[in-house]
Amino acid sequence: MQKVLDLIIEKIIFICAIASIIFVILIFSFLFKEGLSFFKNYEVSKFIGGHFWYPSSDPASFGILSLIVGSVLVTLGACAIAVPIGIMTALFISEIVPKGARDVLKSLVELMAAIPSVVIGFVGMITLVPLVKSIFSLPTGLTAFSGSIMLAFMAIPTIVTISEDAIRSVPRHYKQGALALGATKWQTLRRIVLKAAMPGIIAAVMLGISRVIGETMAVMMITGNAAHIPHSIFEPVRTMTATIAAEMGETVRSGMHYKSLFAIGLVLFLITFLINFIADLFLGKNKNT
Amino acid sequence: MKKIILISILVMLSSICLFYGCKKYVNGSGKYTASIQIKGSDTIVNLIQVWAENFVKQHPTYNISVTGGGSGTGFASLINKTCDITMSSRQIEDKEALLAKGNNVNPVEFKVGLDGLVVLVNKNNPVDRLTLGQLRDIFMAKITNWKDIGGIDLKIVILSRESNSGTHMFFKERVLRHNDKNSRDEFSVHSLMMSSSQAIYDEVLQNPNALGYVGMGFANSDVKVLSIAIDDKGKYIYPNTENVLNGSYPISRPLYLYTNGAPRDVIKMFIDYALSDEGQETVVKTDFVPIKK
Repeated sequence: MQKVLDLIIEKIIFICAIASIIFVILIFSFLFKEGLSFFKNYEVSKFIGGHFWYPSSDPASFGILSLIVGSVLVTLGACAIAVPIGIMTALFISEIVPKGARDVLKSLVELMAAIPSVVIGFVGMITLVPLVKSIFSLPTGLTAFSGSIMLAFMAIPTIVTISEDAIRSVPRHYKQGALALGATKWQTLRRIVLKAAMPGIIAAVMLGISRVIGETMAVMMITGNAAHIPHSIFEPVRTMTATIAAEMGETVRSGMHYKSLFAIGLVLFLITFLINFIADLFLGKNKNT
Repeated sequence: MKKIILISILVMLSSICLFYGCKKYVNGSGKYTASIQIKGSDTIVNLIQVWAENFVKQHPTYNISVTGGGSGTGFASLINKTCDITMSSRQIEDKEALLAKGNNVNPVEFKVGLDGLVVLVNKNNPVDRLTLGQLRDIFMAKITNWKDIGGIDLKIVILSRESNSGTHMFFKERVLRHNDKNSRDEFSVHSLMMSSSQAIYDEVLQNPNALGYVGMGFANSDVKVLSIAIDDKGKYIYPNTENVLNGSYPISRPLYLYTNGAPRDVIKMFIDYALSDEGQETVVKTDFVPIKK
């Protein structure tokens, strides 16, 4: 009886495990099928290098260079804010704060990850956008910069949690050795702890980036959605994700516009895949040391 | 203990299923309930919502759900057969009609009201009138500063709707292309594509640089509505009900409902209601213009 039960449960677990893999493969193949069929009718170079995104005009033009630049700009901006804050928070939580406060701090940071992105977008639209406009005296506050700030909020929990784990898993005797040799606490932190935890921290940053670049709702609400190539971070931009989200509803199945959105999805997927792959490389390295 | 919890959860779940399952098929009088899906233009979503509520009050056995998203979205779902009625602020395009035919969908058109597109600026902006030509130059970024059209020295921030919006299409055809079918003029790449008319209104409300267009129903006294002239010799016309109805306001358009094939049953009842005197009174109440007086 017990054996039969074991067998059944084993099978159920197996099916669950296989199911998620099957789903991923199905999503991949669907994305590739719809995305690649777009390139039968439209050149890849015109798609990636084109400056104009006028999908519903006649003749339509599907150039996503400005969208790629928009996504990259917002992501870089978010990283410039989130990476230093995230790593320092992680160092602070794992090395400096007394043990009692540590758990409270860590769970508070993790709570940030639970805020829905719509809420972040909405709060940003009401509070941050007018502020950015008046501080930098810009024509509008709906800029890549506002988007970067709000996205940094979403990347920080990921970066903090994972790099904190990496920092904490640095063997104790490394630190003790450094301190015994007469290094100050700051020297130990900077030269020993950070260095030893670096692969884990890089992985954390990469995962933070892939969260930011895939984020949709908040950027759609606060970056202004102007599909042009910006000259600075204080101009409105349009990201790939926002384009897909804003336009998917209007397209007719199997039309060119519909396929072009899948092609954007494909580009986005390749980018996040690459980032996750790099993160995995570093995480793997971390485990071997 | 664990078993008890599990069983009680199961019982709760199944009772919920049963309860909702029953409710769906039989209502108070035991009659079958039908539901219709209406999708499309954000411009008239408020109007249709009021119609739907009043209609359901009179015929409580029916259920109507109304969602926005834009006229393009509405037509796409009519063609994909995921809605029964499309509300639209523009006529169906040839391209869409062709796609519909290919999908065995036969769109039938009903004109249910009129709408004027108003051009909004911030209350603190001294500009209160523009010609269609100036408007075109602004939206194509040939005029980029308010001082060039009699305002203060501020950069103009252009607000437009997303390309799935009937408002976007109509404004492009009427203002940018002057109804010229061969024109290829587009909104400037510098225009901000806002996801809803409400978002345009909100940005204009707090930004003195901004200029945007929305349906008449969205304008109120917290923002400034511009008077528009056809050219610099023409009269500047303020968009009110009277000027839209007599056709003197240059940026106005009809509002439509589309069904797949000639409407039947509930769908026909709903469209008849929309065109009835009571329905047309609602048009006035929601700040649009009725098709008949």
